[in-house]
Formats: sequence, C-alpha cells, structure tokens
Amino acid sequence: MPVPTTVRPRRIDPRLLRRTRGSRRALAVDAALGIIAALLVLAQAVLIAHIAARSFDGAGPRALSLPLAALCIVVTARAAAAWGFDVVGRLAATEVLSALRGDLIRSRLRDTPAGLDAQDDAELAVAAVAGIDALETVFARLLPQLVLAAVVPAAVLVLVAAIDPLSALLMLVTLPLVPVFMWLIGRTTERRALARWQELSLLSSHFLDVVRGLPTLRAFNRGEAQAERIDQVGERYRKATMETLRLAFLSGAVLDLAATLGVALIAVTVGVRLVEGDIGFEAALTVLLLAPELYLPLRNLASQFHAGADGTAVAGRLLDAATPPATPVAAPSPIPAAATVRFDGVSFRYPRAGRAALEQVGLELAPGETVALVGSSGSGKSTIARLLLRLAEPSEGRILAGGTDIAACDPDQWRRGIAWLPQHPTLLHGSIADNIRLGAPDAGDELVRDAAGAAGAAEFISELPAGYETTVGDGGRPLSAGETQRIALARALLREAPLLILDEPTANLDPASAELVRAAIDRCRQGRTVLVIAHDDELASRADRIVRLTPAAS
Amino acid sequence: MIGRLVALSGVSRPRLGVVVALGAVATSLGVALIATSGYLISRAAQRPPVLALTVTIVIVRFLGLSRPLARYIDRLVSHDLALRSLGTIRSRFFARIEPLAPGQLDGFRRGDLVARMVGDVDRLDGLYLRGLCPPLSGLAVAVVCVIAAAVMLPEAGVILAAGLAIAGLAVPALAARWSREPFARLAAARAQLSSQLVELLRAAPEIVAFGAAGSRAEAIAELDRELAALTRRDAVRAGLADALVMLAAGLTTAAVLAAAVAARASGSLDPVLVATVTLLALAAFEAVTPIPRAARELAIITAAGRRVLDLTSRRPLITDPGAPLPSPSRDATIELAGVTARYPGSPRPVLEQVNLRLEPGGRVALVGPSGSGKTTVTNVLLRFLDPERGALLFDGNDARDHRQSDVRAMFSLAGQGAHLFNSTIRQNLLLARPDANDDELRDVLARARLAAWVDGLPDGIDTLVGEEGRRLSGGQRQRLVLARALLRDAPVLVLDEPTAHLDAATAEALMSDVFAAAGDAAVLLITHRSEGLDAVDQVVALDAGRVTSAAAI
Repeated sequence: MPVPTTVRPRRIDPRLLRRTRGSRRALAVDAALGIIAALLVLAQAVLIAHIAARSFDGAGPRALSLPLAALCIVVTARAAAAWGFDVVGRLAATEVLSALRGDLIRSRLRDTPAGLDAQDDAELAVAAVAGIDALETVFARLLPQLVLAAVVPAAVLVLVAAIDPLSALLMLVTLPLVPVFMWLIGRTTERRALARWQELSLLSSHFLDVVRGLPTLRAFNRGEAQAERIDQVGERYRKATMETLRLAFLSGAVLDLAATLGVALIAVTVGVRLVEGDIGFEAALTVLLLAPELYLPLRNLASQFHAGADGTAVAGRLLDAATPPATPVAAPSPIPAAATVRFDGVSFRYPRAGRAALEQVGLELAPGETVALVGSSGSGKSTIARLLLRLAEPSEGRILAGGTDIAACDPDQWRRGIAWLPQHPTLLHGSIADNIRLGAPDAGDELVRDAAGAAGAAEFISELPAGYETTVGDGGRPLSAGETQRIALARALLREAPLLILDEPTANLDPASAELVRAAIDRCRQGRTVLVIAHDDELASRADRIVRLTPAAS
Repeated sequence: MIGRLVALSGVSRPRLGVVVALGAVATSLGVALIATSGYLISRAAQRPPVLALTVTIVIVRFLGLSRPLARYIDRLVSHDLALRSLGTIRSRFFARIEPLAPGQLDGFRRGDLVARMVGDVDRLDGLYLRGLCPPLSGLAVAVVCVIAAAVMLPEAGVILAAGLAIAGLAVPALAARWSREPFARLAAARAQLSSQLVELLRAAPEIVAFGAAGSRAEAIAELDRELAALTRRDAVRAGLADALVMLAAGLTTAAVLAAAVAARASGSLDPVLVATVTLLALAAFEAVTPIPRAARELAIITAAGRRVLDLTSRRPLITDPGAPLPSPSRDATIELAGVTARYPGSPRPVLEQVNLRLEPGGRVALVGPSGSGKTTVTNVLLRFLDPERGALLFDGNDARDHRQSDVRAMFSLAGQGAHLFNSTIRQNLLLARPDANDDELRDVLARARLAAWVDGLPDGIDTLVGEEGRRLSGGQRQRLVLARALLRDAPVLVLDEPTAHLDAATAEALMSDVFAAAGDAAVLLITHRSEGLDAVDQVVALDAGRVTSAAAI
C-alpha cells in the first residue's frame, strides 16, 4: 500500500548499525561509488556548460570534439559507477540479513520459549526472508544516501564558490530551508499520520478475515450482505487514507517547492547579473546546471526515509528475536545412565503471563517404571515434559537424575536419552520415513518400518500411493490428527531412548486407533522408563503408578 | 491481461487519462523549468535590455511555483485512483468468489491458501501507481519533449526520440525478458526459505528435543547460501537496467549537444537555442527513469493478476432453479440418498453411495477417521457441493429444486470449521440473526454456558475476540460458536468436529451442554472422538467416503 513519503522514522536502531561491522567494507565501497557517481554528474554539468558556452561564442564541432568525447566518457563512467553503487548496496544488505537470519535460528533453537504464538512464528519467518527488501532499502539506499546528502551538496558549494562566490552564497542560504521545512511540517503531521496508519492496517486485514470466513458467511446466508459491506469498508479506507496522504504529501510538496524555487531563484538572479555583465555565460550556465544537484541528495533522502522506517522496524523485530548467546555452562557434569529422575520442589512461572504453571512439585520416576501423570487441563502436565526436556528451566527447585542436577549437564547429551511425543506433534516437510528418522537419522529402513508397526502406523502408511516416501508436512499430503500422532509415536520409538515421554498420546484418536496405540505403548514399556501424560483413564490405568497434579494457585 | 485487470478495477479510460495527463503535466513543467532557464541564461548572455527578459523571468518563476503544485495534485489524484481501484477489485473479487466458496476454491480445503489468495489481490494495488501510470505519462512527456526539440532543431528531435525510445522501451523490455526467469527462481527460493523457517520456528521444541537442531540449521544455512547467490545475480541484473537508462540519457544529451554545436556552426540554429535544446534533452529523461522499475512491477502484478483472474472467471456450479419450491418445512426429514460427490477437478469422488437420514429432532453421529469425507457431508448438506449421483432430499424433494438460501436456512453450523470474525462477541453473534436484541443474545450465551464468563469481562459482550477468536480458549471458542448457532434457531444443528483440539474434560463438558442446549432441534454430530456419542440415537460410520455401518442405539 502506498506509504506517505515524509512520515519521520524512528532513529536507526543502534544494534543494526553495530551489525554492519562485517559489511563495513562493502558499505564504504558503496558510499565511495555513490560519491564518485555524484561527482561525475558535476563533471558532466561542467562539460555541458563549457561546450554550450563555447558553441555560443562560435566554436565549431571540430574544436569541441575533445570536450564532447570527454563528455561521453564521463557519462559512461557515471552510469557504471551508479550501477556499482546500486549492486554493492544490495549485496551489503544481503550479507547483513543472512547474518541476522543465522542468529535468529541459533537463538531460537537454543532458547525455545514455551507456548509461543504460531502467528508470531509466521510473521517472524516472513520478516526474516521478505525483510530483505526493507533492509535493502536501509543499506542500499538510506545509509549511502545519508553519506551523499552530506558530501554532494558540499562538493557543489565548493565548485560553485570557485566559479561564482555570490551564487554559492545564495545556494548556501536557500539550502537549509529544505530540511527546516521538512522538519517543521513533518513534526506536526507525524503523530497524526502514524495513528491513522495503524487504523488503516486494521482495515486492510479486515478483508482477509472476511474472505477466510466466507463459508461461515454463506452458511448464515450473509455472503451477499458482506459483499456490500466490503464496498463500504473500502470506501472508508480510501477516505481515511486520502486524508492522511493529503497531509503527508504536503511536506513532500513543500520540499519540492523549496528546491524548485531555489533553482528558479538562482536562474533568475544569475540571468539578471549576466545581463548586467557581472558574470560570464559559461559560469552562469554551469551554476544553473549545478543548482538542481544541490537539492537532489536531500530530496532523495526524504523519499528514502519512509522506507527506512519500515526497514528499521523489520530489523528491530529480527534483532529482538535474535538474542545474543547465553553464557555457556561451565564444565558440564557427566550424564547418569538410566537413573532415577526426581523433581525436587520445582516451580515454573510463565515469563510473560507471570502466572505459575507449577508450584513446588515433587515427582519421582524410577528406572523401568511406567508412570501416568493425570490432572485437569491447566495443571501444568505438559510443562513437566518441557522441563524434563530442558526446553525450559524451572523458576525454583531442581530436577535430579541419579542425584545430579540435570541443569549442570550438557543439554544435547541429556536429551539423547529422551524420546518425546508432544501433545500436538509437527510433521516436517519431507518423507514420512525422514520424519520418523528425525531422532535417529542413521536408522535403516527395516528399523523405520518396525517402529511404524509398533506405533500402529504401518498399515495406513503402506496404503498410501507413495508409502513411506510420501511427502508430508507443510505443502505435502495432509494427514489426520490421528495419523500424525502415530507417525510421531513411531519417531519417538525409533529413537530407542531409555526415557520416553508421551504427552496425551491418545488425545486425537478414534477409539480403534487409541486401542492400537495403547497396545503399542504396552509393548515398548519393557526396559524403559515411560512418563505418560494422560486424560485417557484406560491408558492411565495400565501404568504402574498414577500421579495426580492439581492446578497451581494463580 | 492488463486490459482485463483494468476492467476488473472499474477504472474508466477517461479517468485513467486524466491521471496520466496530470502526471505528464507535472513532469513536463519540471522539464520546461530547466529548458526555459537555459533559454533565459542564453538570452541574457546576449546582453539585451532587461525588459526583454521580463517575460522569460516571469515564466521561470511561474514554473518554479506551479511544478510542485502540479506534482502534489498528481500524487493525490493518482493515489486516490489506486485506492479506488483496490477497493473495487476487492469487492468484485469477493462478489465473484462468494458463490464459489468453499466447494470450488481449493484454498478452503488445503490449508491456508486463503492468505495467498488475498495477498495476490492486495498486490494489485500497484497496478496504476507503480505499473501503468509511470510508463503512460512518461510516453506523453516524451512526445511533448520530442516535438519541442524538433521545433528548435529537427535533428535534435530525431536523436531525442531515438534516445527516449531506447531508454523507455527497449531497455525495460529487454531487461524484463532477461530477468524474468532468474526473478522467478529467486521468488521460489525465497518462498522455500520462508516456509522452512516457519517450520523450524514452529517445530523448534521437537527439533531440539530430538537432537536434530544442528542438521536442520545447516539445511537452512544451505538454502540461505543459495538464496544469497541468486540475490547477488539478481542485484546485478536489476541495477543494469537503470544504469543503461542513465547511459542512454547521457549519450543522447551529448549527441543532441553535438548536433546543436554543428547546427550553430553552420548557422541553421540560433545560438540562444544551443543550451536550451541540450537542457531540454537532459531534463526529458526524467520521464523515462521510472520505467524499468515499472516494468518489474508489472511483471509481479501480472503474475498475481493471472491467479486472481483465474478465480474470478470461474462460474459457480451451484445455482438456484428457475421456479423454486417453497422453503422446506421445519419438520422436514432430511436425507442423503445414495450420494456420490466429488470436488471439481478431483479424480476420485470423496463420497460414494452415502445414505444418511435425519429425522426432525433426531440425534445422529457421523464418525470416521480424518479424510473419510465427513466435512464433505456437511458441504453437500449445505449445498456447497452438489452430488454427482444421488440426491439431497428434503421430505423427498431434491434440494436442487429449492433456493440455496432456503436450504442453508435449515442448518446452523458450529464446530471447528465455523469462523469467528475479528470483532466483538456481540458482532459475531449477530451474524446469525442481525435483529436479535440483547435479551436473546444473553439467552443463547446462557444456554452455551458462557453467560457468567461474559459478565465477568470488563467490556462484556463487546469484548474483542481476536483474529479467528484467538483471544479465547479452545473451549470458549466452541461455546461461542455454539451460541451463535443456537441463535439462528435452525431445525438442524450441525456440529463439525466441535471437540477436535480440546482436552477430554473440556470436551465432555461441552458435549453435555450441547445436547442440553440444542433443545428440540435435530443434531448431526460429526466427530472422530468418543465424547458425545452416548447421547445420540444413531451412529453412522464413514470410511474413505463410504458408509460402513449405521447402527441405531
């Protein structure tokens, strides 16, 4: 959607500037190329004025062949420099974004926050990839433009001062008017424009919401009525946007006015002085040709600012998510093998909501036993699984394995002894076989089939046209919740870990499949410690022991 | 294709012409300012009496003032056009896909393609602003400048025409063709990286828990490297088009200057015009510099536009009969008789020979694994899909002989498929009956056991529910959807997987309240879980589109 060009941005995030360290060289080259291109434009102006003036005085083509050739060379060099300026800026942006993405991935895999919104994830991922456009604008345009806006007007002033000091003075006086007007008008319109802008984005997501709900609307016979409303909403959107744009474009217009009037003023002044003989023709023409170049960098800067605002907003989002690495644990303790796991006074509070998920929980899992963990929803059962997996750290208390605090062990090594079936398992884009192999990438096909059989998934997989090679996950063949569950169970079983955590394994299954899964769990209980989080009474009753959790006081 | 998009956007040729003309005027005034200033300087160099320059000085001042004004008006008018066109495209798009949803639109069956569909529509907002207006107004300015140059010096006109044609037509066209395929590859790589990232972020806990973090991160890093390489190549290409335009501009100006010098020397050109015509040529290229970008923009727009037009040109398969029967009675027996149904374009039918009977006030459960066709049964009942064989009957009359709205008025839909709009509780409820008063709303909320909760909210019934009801818990969402369905008070309540993402305790509680709240309406419960099955009269099992059992309890 069109964005007003002079809504002032927040200041550029200093973290972003720090990140450019790696690309400093590229950015320096970029700025240099931009300056060269700009200086070549000045040279172009000087040459044109020279040739035109001499021709005016009577010089013929042969006499001017050298300057004309020089002009052609300057023109070509300028185009090349401008091309380089464009390319290098984009490359710098690509580098920075790549690094940001890498950090984002690393930090997300290291500290996986519990219960993050799926919407946030999707937005973050889109920002991390599409953010290239926004960041490109910051690096390839805004930052170099800042340099140009500083250097080029100075160069023009110096050049003009050498030709005609009076014109230089005039330029010096008119030049500050541009940013001053920008600032003045920008201040008054900014807050209103930003507030309006938020309202507008709400209006535009209304369309997506309505399209999504189209079947529901039709079911209620309200589809046609909604079509009229879309018209009305669109009209309201247009009016509100135009109001904002009227103001926003006004600052642009004032900027335009300042620059154009500046040129007109210089032209007229120089013309009059030319008539009175105070200045030569070539000098006058040169000044005239240089005048627009004085204001151009600032005008370009203004038009890049809004895009810069978007870019820094996106970058800020990514920087928030890509937190620096946590301080490493010193000298991890060895992993106790197949030992008793004990929760000792463990509490856990959700960082954002502040409410407690667990309060002073004590739990013991002896090796080889199957324990069923039951309790109403909200009592924190899944949190126990996450704590065991070290996907989160307890706010209070410790978790011990064979007497050693697991927080002192290396997390990756610790997790090798655990296999997990989460409450809502995710299938990754890839074959079913690869999904089952997630925790045991080197397992052979035989073992994969065995695991699938044990999980009660072998039958439906072999009925699929591509069998184990069927592509599932995002963009692949959609599977029912029950089928997904069973593949995830096969995944957990293939891992052959001494501790198996099953979070509501029969939750989304029809009675027949649920029985299959219960049987599978019975089969693989031997020699393993199994923690089953369950609502299923039938399932819980087959455990060696039942532990009941009551909700923590909020 | 662009023509069809313009037609879809409802913009008339005259209106477009006005906007293009305004843009051309604004640019032309800028060119005129530079050229006239050149003339002023050149004339002044001849040291005439100052009065001879007065007119020119006034013109220059006028141009200095009028150009920003013209540009301001142009921007307002062109943005207004863009907004109008987007509004029209959206409402026409909606109107055209409304009779197609959900049966004839894949997006409602295969995951969230709806967002992509809407994204395509939104992308059309650049059609005029960034796609069509710059080239069209550029062309107008180019013609004016060439004529002006030719009047001063015929050779200059020819050279300028050639230069503008190269910069404004040849370069963008070549660049577009040259970069089309690499750009498509780049877009595909970005999409792939994006979806892998979403997957990684969403599945991070599992990936970490199974020790696959290292390999997944490496896989993404590999994609990243590929993307970086493609981006580098694209950057080089993209910048080239702009640079070539700049080169054309510079060389054309030099050529015009050379021609002017020669003409001056041979006496066929007034010395005053040497600088003038050169500056005119230099400034004229302002008209064509935005064209390469516009070409790229149009490439994106046509790709999105093609997909949008594909959807808007589909004809609805479900239609009302010429002479419809009166609406079915509230006590009608509803029957699926030997229904075989298939989605358009699908090789296999989703339902085969399905028989299902709903007596007034009856309670039927339809069970079966996912993918067995349960949601398709709902689609057939609501006439979102017509059977290929067999029929949907209301008291023996084929549903095709009734109006669609009458058929749908027989059902209230609740469950997972029912959408909650990003609005208030009140607004969502009123969807079922717009003229319901507050007492009626409170009544259905009470029947759905939400009244106490709503009373406890600071904004009460005017509380926002968030996108798709995100601010409510799973159980609350289902209850609100149920309350809405109850408000409709249709003869049949269809519950499509109401307990799908709820834990067992919440599910049990919900189902017991549902049957109590349904009153004397018939209930069709579609589920793959066991909660609620104890309260129905008949359980129909569906597997791979076929009824495998129909046991009465």
